[in-house]
Amino acid sequence: MTRHGKIPSPADLAAGDEKAEAFLKATWSTPAGIVAALSTVDHKIIGRRYIATAFVFLMLGGVLAMAMRLQLAFPEARFISADRYNQIFTVHGSNMMFLFAVPVMEAMAVYLVPLMVGTRNIAFPRLNAFSYWIFLAGGLLLWASLALDTAPDVGWFAYVPLAGPQYGPGKRADIWAQMITFTEVSALAVAVEIVVTVFKLRAPGMSLDRIPIFVWSMLVTAFLVIMAMPAIMLVSTSLILDRLVGTQFFNPAEGGDALLWQHLFWFFGHPEVYIIFLPAVGMVSAMISTFTQRPAFGYLPLVLAMIATGVLAFGLWVHHMFVAGLPRVGSSFFTASSMAIAIPAGTQIFCWLATLWDGRPIFKTPMLFIIGFLITFVIGGLTGVMVASVPFDTQVHDTYFVVAHFHYVLIGGSVFPLIGAIYYWFPKMTGRMMSERLGRWAFGLIFTGFHLTFFPMHILGLQGMPRRVYTYPPELPWTGLNLFVSLSAVILAGGFLVFFIDVLRSFRHGPAAGSNPWNASTLEWATPSPPPPYNFRHIPVVESREPLWTSGDALAVATGLRLDRRELIVSSLTTADPEARESSPANSIWPFLAAIATSVMLIASIFSPWAVIWGAIPVAITLTGWFWPKRTPEDES
Amino acid sequence: MKERIALDLSKLPLHGTGNASLTFWGTSAFMLIEGTGFALAIAVYFYLMSLAPRWPIEAPPPDLAAGTILTLLLLVSVVPNVLVSRWAKQRDLRKVRAGLIAMTILGVLPLIPRAFEFSALHINWDDDAYGSIVWTLLGLHTTHIVTDLVDTVVLAFLMFSKHGDNTRRYGDVEDNALYWNFVVLAWLPLYGCIYWVPRL
Amino acid sequence: MKIAPGCALFLSGCAGTQSVLNADGPSALALQNLIFLFFAVCGIVFVLVMGVMTWALVRERHAPAGQPPIERSMGRIVSGAVVATFVVITFLTAASFYATPSLDRGKADPPTILVRGQQWWWQFTYLDPDPAKTFQTANELHIPVGTDVRLRLEASDVIHSFWVPNLAGKQDLVPGRENGLTLHASKAGVYRGQCAEFCGLQHSHMALLVVAEKPEDYARWLNAQSGPAAVPAESEAAAGKLVFMRKPCAACHTIRGTEAAGTTGPDLTHVGSRSMIGAGLMENTRGSIAAWIADPQTLKPGNNMPLVPVTSEELRQLSAYMSGLK
Ligand code: HEA
Ligand code: HEA
Ligand code: HEC
Ligand code: CUA
Ligand SMILES: [Cu+2]
Repeated sequence: MTRHGKIPSPADLAAGDEKAEAFLKATWSTPAGIVAALSTVDHKIIGRRYIATAFVFLMLGGVLAMAMRLQLAFPEARFISADRYNQIFTVHGSNMMFLFAVPVMEAMAVYLVPLMVGTRNIAFPRLNAFSYWIFLAGGLLLWASLALDTAPDVGWFAYVPLAGPQYGPGKRADIWAQMITFTEVSALAVAVEIVVTVFKLRAPGMSLDRIPIFVWSMLVTAFLVIMAMPAIMLVSTSLILDRLVGTQFFNPAEGGDALLWQHLFWFFGHPEVYIIFLPAVGMVSAMISTFTQRPAFGYLPLVLAMIATGVLAFGLWVHHMFVAGLPRVGSSFFTASSMAIAIPAGTQIFCWLATLWDGRPIFKTPMLFIIGFLITFVIGGLTGVMVASVPFDTQVHDTYFVVAHFHYVLIGGSVFPLIGAIYYWFPKMTGRMMSERLGRWAFGLIFTGFHLTFFPMHILGLQGMPRRVYTYPPELPWTGLNLFVSLSAVILAGGFLVFFIDVLRSFRHGPAAGSNPWNASTLEWATPSPPPPYNFRHIPVVESREPLWTSGDALAVATGLRLDRRELIVSSLTTADPEARESSPANSIWPFLAAIATSVMLIASIFSPWAVIWGAIPVAITLTGWFWPKRTPEDES
Repeated sequence: MKERIALDLSKLPLHGTGNASLTFWGTSAFMLIEGTGFALAIAVYFYLMSLAPRWPIEAPPPDLAAGTILTLLLLVSVVPNVLVSRWAKQRDLRKVRAGLIAMTILGVLPLIPRAFEFSALHINWDDDAYGSIVWTLLGLHTTHIVTDLVDTVVLAFLMFSKHGDNTRRYGDVEDNALYWNFVVLAWLPLYGCIYWVPRL
Repeated sequence: MKIAPGCALFLSGCAGTQSVLNADGPSALALQNLIFLFFAVCGIVFVLVMGVMTWALVRERHAPAGQPPIERSMGRIVSGAVVATFVVITFLTAASFYATPSLDRGKADPPTILVRGQQWWWQFTYLDPDPAKTFQTANELHIPVGTDVRLRLEASDVIHSFWVPNLAGKQDLVPGRENGLTLHASKAGVYRGQCAEFCGLQHSHMALLVVAEKPEDYARWLNAQSGPAAVPAESEAAAGKLVFMRKPCAACHTIRGTEAAGTTGPDLTHVGSRSMIGAGLMENTRGSIAAWIADPQTLKPGNNMPLVPVTSEELRQLSAYMSGLK
C-alpha cells in the first residue's frame, strides 16, 4: 500500500474529513485482482463467499433429492441403479448436513456477528480465510467422488461394519471420513473466531445483557461446535485408521465394537442438529422483532432456552440408538431427556407468539417465512417428541416417519428461517432489496410444496416403508403416496428456483436499500449497505439493547482509532469496557497456501498413512509463513 | 446515520495483553477443543475396557520405565516453562531467548522415552482394540508434543530476529507456554490410563 | 397349497400389509395404542399453538406495543404455557415408560429361533434341545399363533434390523452382539417384514414373511421342515439334483439328505415350500426359480449368489429339482 502525504488523524475522521475516510478505507480494503481475492481476510467478503458456496451445495443436494424422488416415484423403477442410489442418498444427506446446513449457519455468523457486535473484522481473520478454503476443498472432494462414481454409499452416519474395512471396499468410506475432517476443521475454526469475537470484540457498552439474541445464538452454537465436533474428528479418524492401517476399534472379533461408532457419532450428531437449529432461533428472534417493531419478548428466557438446549443436547444421543439393543432402563432415561427439550423449545415458541401478539406484524417476505417456520417446526418438534419415546420409536425408527421428522425440523426449522434471513439481510449484504413479489411466490411454492412433499412421508413410515430403499415392490400400498410425494417435490423445487432467480436478479437489478430499510434495531443497520471495508466509520458505543431504536437521531460512537493500521477495540468480557486498541491482521495469501497444503495432506492420507508425515512439512512451512511478522503497522504494539 | 462522539479511545494501548489478548482466548478455545478430544479418547479407552473380558485383552500391562521417565521430564519442564512465561511478561529479551532454547531442548528430550513407550506397550496397534486405543492415545499426545515443539522452535527463531522485541512476541511466548502446560497436564490422565489402569 | 398364504397375501389387494397401524399381537397393539395417544395429545398441542398464533396475527390492536402491564401478563401466560408443556411431556414420558414393558414380553423365555441377518437374506435356525431336530430355513418364518416366540438376533456381516411392524417393533442385529425379540401373533396369517437398517447394496430387497399358523398346522410344518429333502420323483428333477451337486451350487447351499452342505447361501432343503424367493424378491414358481438361477445378478444386482453358467437343459432340470423340494 503506497499512500502519500501526511497520515490523517482520528480527529480528522471525527471532524468528517473525507480524505481521512478514504484513508481508512484504503487501510481496510481488498484490492482488485486474483491474488488479492485469494488473500482477502475481510469477513464480509469471506462470509458472502461462504454463503454463496453453501447455497450452491443446497442446489446440488436438492438436485440429488429430485433424482431420488424420480427413482422412488414408481415401484421397481429402474432410473437409477442400487449402487447409484446409495451414493446419491449418502451424498444428499452428507452434503446437506456438512456442506450446506452447518456451513451456511456459520457463514451467516461470519458475515453478521462482527457487524452486530460493532467491530471491524472477525477475530483471527486469516483463520477465517483458511476455514473457507478448507470447506471448499472438502466440498469439492465429495462432489468429485460422486462425479467419478466412487462416492460414499454408506449413509450420512456411515455405520460400521458396513463402512469398515471388511464390507466397505474401495475408497468410498475414506472419502466420506476425510470430507468430515475438512468440514470439521473449518467449522471448528469458525467457532473459535465467533467465540473470541463475541467475548472480546464487542463495541463498548455492549454488556452481556445487550448482546443481540442472534449473536447469543451463534455463541451457543459455537460452543456446541467446540464440544461436539471433536467426537466426530476422533471417530472418523478411527474409521480411517481401521481401514488404512488395520486398527481394530470397530471389529468385535478383536475387542472392538460396532456400537462404539454409533455412540461417538451421535454424541456429535445430536448436538449437530442443534448446531443447525439454534442459529435459526437467533434469526427468527432478530427478524420477528423487526417485523413486529418491538423487541422480541423475553430476552432472558430466550437466551436461557438456547443455553439449556445447548447443554441438554449432549444428553440425548442415545435416542438415535433405541433399537440397537442397549439396556431399556438406560434408553428410557434418554426418552425423558429428549422430551425435556420441549421445554426450552416451547419457551422459544411462546416468547415469539407473545411478540407477535403484542407487536404489529408486518407481512413482508421474512415474516411469511417466520409464520411458515412456526407451523412447520411445531409439527417437526412434535414428531420429535414422538420418536423420543422408546416404544414409539421401535416402530418408526429408520422409516420414512423419521425422514419426515427431520425434514420438518431441518427445512421447516432451519431452512425457512434461513431463507427469510436472506430476504432480510440481503439488502445489507448487497445494498439492494429483493423482490417482494417473487418472495411471496417463493414462499407460497416452498411452503405448499414442502408440506405436500413431506407430510405424506409420515404416513408412508407408518405403513412400514423403511428409509434408504432404492425401490419397493408394487404390491405394497406405497405406490400412490410415493408418486404424490415426488410430484409435490417438483413444486418445492420450483419454489427454490424462484428464490434463486430472485437472488440473482436482485443482485443486479434490485432497488437500492439504504442503510436501514426495515427500521431494525441492531448495529449492522447503522452502517451503509453494503458496509464499507471497515464496517463502521467509528465504532459505535452501545447504550441499550436496541441501539438504533433508542439512540434518537445520532448514534453514540467512539473516536481515537488509528487510520493507518487495521485497528479495532478489545473490550472486557462481561461489561464490554474498552481494554485495548488491537490490530487486525492484514490480507495474506498464506492462509490460502496453508489450505492447499492441508488439503493435499488430508487427501493423500486416504491413500497412504505416510502422507501425514511428509504432508505435514508443507503445512508447517505455510503456517510459519502465515504467522511470521511482516513489519506492517499491524505488528506494532 | 449521524454520529455523536461519546468516547475517546486514543489513550488505550496498541495491543491487548493478558486477558485482553485475543490469542490468549484463541489458544484457550483450541485447548478446550483438544481437551474434549482427549477426554473422549479416554472415554473410548474405558468403554472398550468395559466390554473386554480381560484388560489388557491379550498383553501384559505396559512397562513403566519409559512412560514414567517421560512423565517426570514433562513435569520438570513445567518449571522453566513457567519461568519463560514470567520473563516474557517482564519483557526480558535475553532471558526469554535462553528460556526458549531450554524449552526447545525440553521439548525434544521427552521424545526419546516416548520412542520407547510404544514398544513398552507389548502390543501392536493392529493386534486388538486395546492395542488400537493405547497407540492412538500415545500418538495423539505425541502429535501435541511435536506441534508445540515446532511452535517453540519457530518462536525461538523469531525472538532472535529483528521482530523479537515486541509485546506481541512476548504474548506469543506466554501463549506457547500456556499451551505447553496444557500438553503436560493432558498427559497425566493419559499416563494413568495407559500405565496404571491395566494394573488395577 | 403351500404357497397359498403368499398368494392370498398378494392377491387380496394387500390392505394393511406391513403396517404399524394394522397391529396384531399384544406388543404391536400396545405400541399402536401408544402411537394413537401421542397423536391425540400432540394434535391438541398443535391446534392450540396454531390457534394462538392465528389470533396473535389477526387480532385488532388498540394499545401500543411494549406496555409494562401487558409485558407482565404476557410473562405470566408464557410461564403458564411452559408449566403446561412440562406437565404434558411428563405425561407422555410416563405413557412411554408404561408401554415399554410390552417390548420385552417373554424376555425370560429361552429363544426358540435364531435369526441371522446376512447380506441380503434371513437365516432362521429352529433350535431344539435335540440337535437332530434343529434345522435351518430362510426368509420365511413360521410361528404358532397365541404364544410368545422368542427370537435370538445375530448378524453375520453388517448391522441389519428385524422388523415385522404388524407384530412388534424393530430390533437391530449387531455383529458381535446378541439381541432378542418376541413375536406374538394372535391371528393366523402372513405378515410381511423388512430389514430396516441400511445394510448395503440390496438393503431394499431383504424382506421376510412371518407365517402364523394354528398350533397343529405349525407342528405339521415343523415336522416336515426338520426332515431331509424329498427325493426327486421324476427323472427331470433327478437330473437336476445331479447338476446341483456337480455345479458350484452345492458349495454354497445345503440340502439336507444330500451331500450339498454349503453355508454361504440359504438352506434349500425345502425351498419349494416357501412362498417367495430371493428374500421377498419374487413369488416362488418354477419359472421364477429358473429365472433366478439363470441370472441372479440382474434380478437382485450385487447379491452374493454368482451367475453359475448352465445350459438351458440343465436350467430346466435344476428348476424342476428346486421346486420339487417341498
Ligand atoms: C434442525 C434439526 C433438528 C431438530 C431441531 C430436532 C429436534 C428434535 N428431535 Fe430430531 N432429528 C434430526 C434433526 C432435528 N431434530 C435429524 C436430522 C434426525 C435424523 C438423523 C438420521 O437418522 O438421519 C433426527 C432424529 C431424531 C430422533 C431419532 C429418531 C430415529 O432415528 O428413530 C429423535 C428421537 O428422539 C429425535 C428427537 C427430537 C426431539 C425430541 C427434538 C426436539 O428438539 C423438538 C422440540 C420442539 C417441540 C416439541 C415443538 C415446540 C414446542 C412446543 C410447541 C411446546 C409444546 C410441546 C409439547 C407439550 C410436547 N430426532
Ligand atoms: C438441511 C438438510 C436437508 C435438506 C434441505 C433436504 C432437502 C430435501 N430432501 Fe433430504 N435428507 C437430508 C437432509 C436434507 N434434505 C438428510 C440428512 C437425509 C438422510 C440421508 C441418509 O439417509 O443418509 C435426507 C434424506 C432424504 C430422503 C430419503 C432417502 C432415503 O432414505 O432413501 C429423501 C426422499 O425423498 C429426501 C428428499 C429431500 C427433498 C425432496 C428435499 C428438497 O427440499 C430439496 C429441494 C431443493 C432443490 C430441488 C434444489 C433447488 C432447486 C433448483 C435448483 C431448481 C431446479 C432443480 C430441479 C428441478 C431438479 N431426503
Ligand atoms: C457363491 C455362493 C452361491 C452359489 C455358488 C450358488 N448360490 Fe444360490 N444363493 C446364494 C446366496 C447368497 C443366496 C441368497 C441371495 C439373496 O437372496 O440375497 C442364494 C439364493 C438361492 C436361491 C433362493 C433361495 C431363497 O429361498 O430365496 C436358490 C433357489 C438358489 N440360490 C439356487 C442355487 C443354484 C441352483 C445354484 C447353482 C446353479 C446356486 N444357488 C449357486 C449363494 C450361492
Ligand atoms: Cu439388512 Cu438392511
Ligand atoms: Cu437427536
